[in-house]
Amino acid sequence: MKKKNRAQKIIFKSEKEFPLMPMSVGSMLFNKTGAWRNIKPVIDLENCIQCGICWKFCPDVAIIIEDEWPVIDYDYCKGCGLCAEECPSKCIAMVEEEK
Amino acid sequence: MGNHALSYGAMLGRSQVIAAYPITPQTQVVELLSEMCADKTLDAMFIKVESEHSAMAACLGASLSGARTFTATSAQGLALMHELLHWASGGRLPVVMGNINRAMAPGWSIWSDQNDSLSQRDTGWIQFYCANNQEVLDTVIQAFKVSEKLLIPSMVILDAFTLSHTYEVVDIPEQEKVDEFLPPFKPEITLTPDDPHAFGGLTSPEHYFELRYKLQKDMEKVEALIEKTGREYEKMFGRYLGIVEEHLCDDADLIFITSGTMGSTAKVGVDELRKEGIKAGNLRIKVFRPFPFDVVRNVIKGARKVAVVDRNISYGHHGMFFQEVKSAVFGHSDGIPIFGFITGLGGRDITPSTFREIAQYVREKEKPEENIVWIGVKK
Repeated sequence: MKKKNRAQKIIFKSEKEFPLMPMSVGSMLFNKTGAWRNIKPVIDLENCIQCGICWKFCPDVAIIIEDEWPVIDYDYCKGCGLCAEECPSKCIAMVEEEK
Repeated sequence: MGNHALSYGAMLGRSQVIAAYPITPQTQVVELLSEMCADKTLDAMFIKVESEHSAMAACLGASLSGARTFTATSAQGLALMHELLHWASGGRLPVVMGNINRAMAPGWSIWSDQNDSLSQRDTGWIQFYCANNQEVLDTVIQAFKVSEKLLIPSMVILDAFTLSHTYEVVDIPEQEKVDEFLPPFKPEITLTPDDPHAFGGLTSPEHYFELRYKLQKDMEKVEALIEKTGREYEKMFGRYLGIVEEHLCDDADLIFITSGTMGSTAKVGVDELRKEGIKAGNLRIKVFRPFPFDVVRNVIKGARKVAVVDRNISYGHHGMFFQEVKSAVFGHSDGIPIFGFITGLGGRDITPSTFREIAQYVREKEKPEENIVWIGVKK
């Protein structure tokens, strides 16, 4: 989490600094794709059975398990709703994002 | 045969991953390689795929993970790979590929011309055009060395049937000596869980331009490296692998510029013309990309006339070697007339008499009157 606070956009000043091949050099720390989201998942932990299926299915690796409970990383969750669809106890609701 | 010369080149180079899809006339290249993988003559992974597009995709993944990678194809198969050829060079992945020159369909053809590989000239690959099967084997080994040093992929190109299916004696170098010439591939950046990165992702206008600049700057180093490794190879194996091959060019009035096997046919044509007192010479261009501008300019500067012979055509323009040779002398030329000939499309035979016919045409004209002189069209 500390790393994220230091994240900044990387812009090379000279071609000499470039890697030869097009490759990620940490831009995702800066590029928080959670901003693309229109609807967001909200977990009702009272009904959560800690099965970890939402964590497994999240295509953006935006669900982290902390102390055995799922936590959504809204910096990167794009709101695709896969977790809500797959949750066996239906405890994840997709809620309209307030702008 | 030429196809097996490619396979042995890939084997001696200790390819680690081979992914290929069969297509005539290339088929035997991968047949032999798959047998070598099966009986462990070659310690490599042979990946069966469903198309040439997938073959190149598998090679790219393997190359990025640090494996020495080989594939081979022809004509439509090469065209199907087109998208991924850009990925190989843009991603700086030193894949080495054999391409057996075969005319593009339709009409469906399995015979030789250069339009398949020359259509890929702007994809950022090094292109070698070979004139005999020994050169094919040697060039594969050299291509690995050049490609891996500069991280630019290479195509080793040979004529359909004239080389691919023709048996001739080929010296197979000893494995230990090849290992000495070609050390294992150890790229600095690889796809590894120890240092995870995404490769080939979205690249903004802030950075894309410089990646292309660096590719071109490294492409400009290829010529000198081919010269250096070619001399090194000569020292170890007794065969020099150069950028061009000159035959009696020093005192020639008329220089033919050729490529591939017609480059050796041209030597016979030149010798016949010399017997008749015509001072002809032949310059066979082996490396088409990067194009050896300075070398070509230097060789032809003493000639009175130059005849570029193309086994290919850029529709609406003219022969592609002709374009390149003209651009090499433009702005430098002291006005040597350069004639462009097209012959041998779709595998039509090119014989010493073809060169006699060309010489006769050139001797009759002071200057080129047209951009394409067709040799052998049934009129």
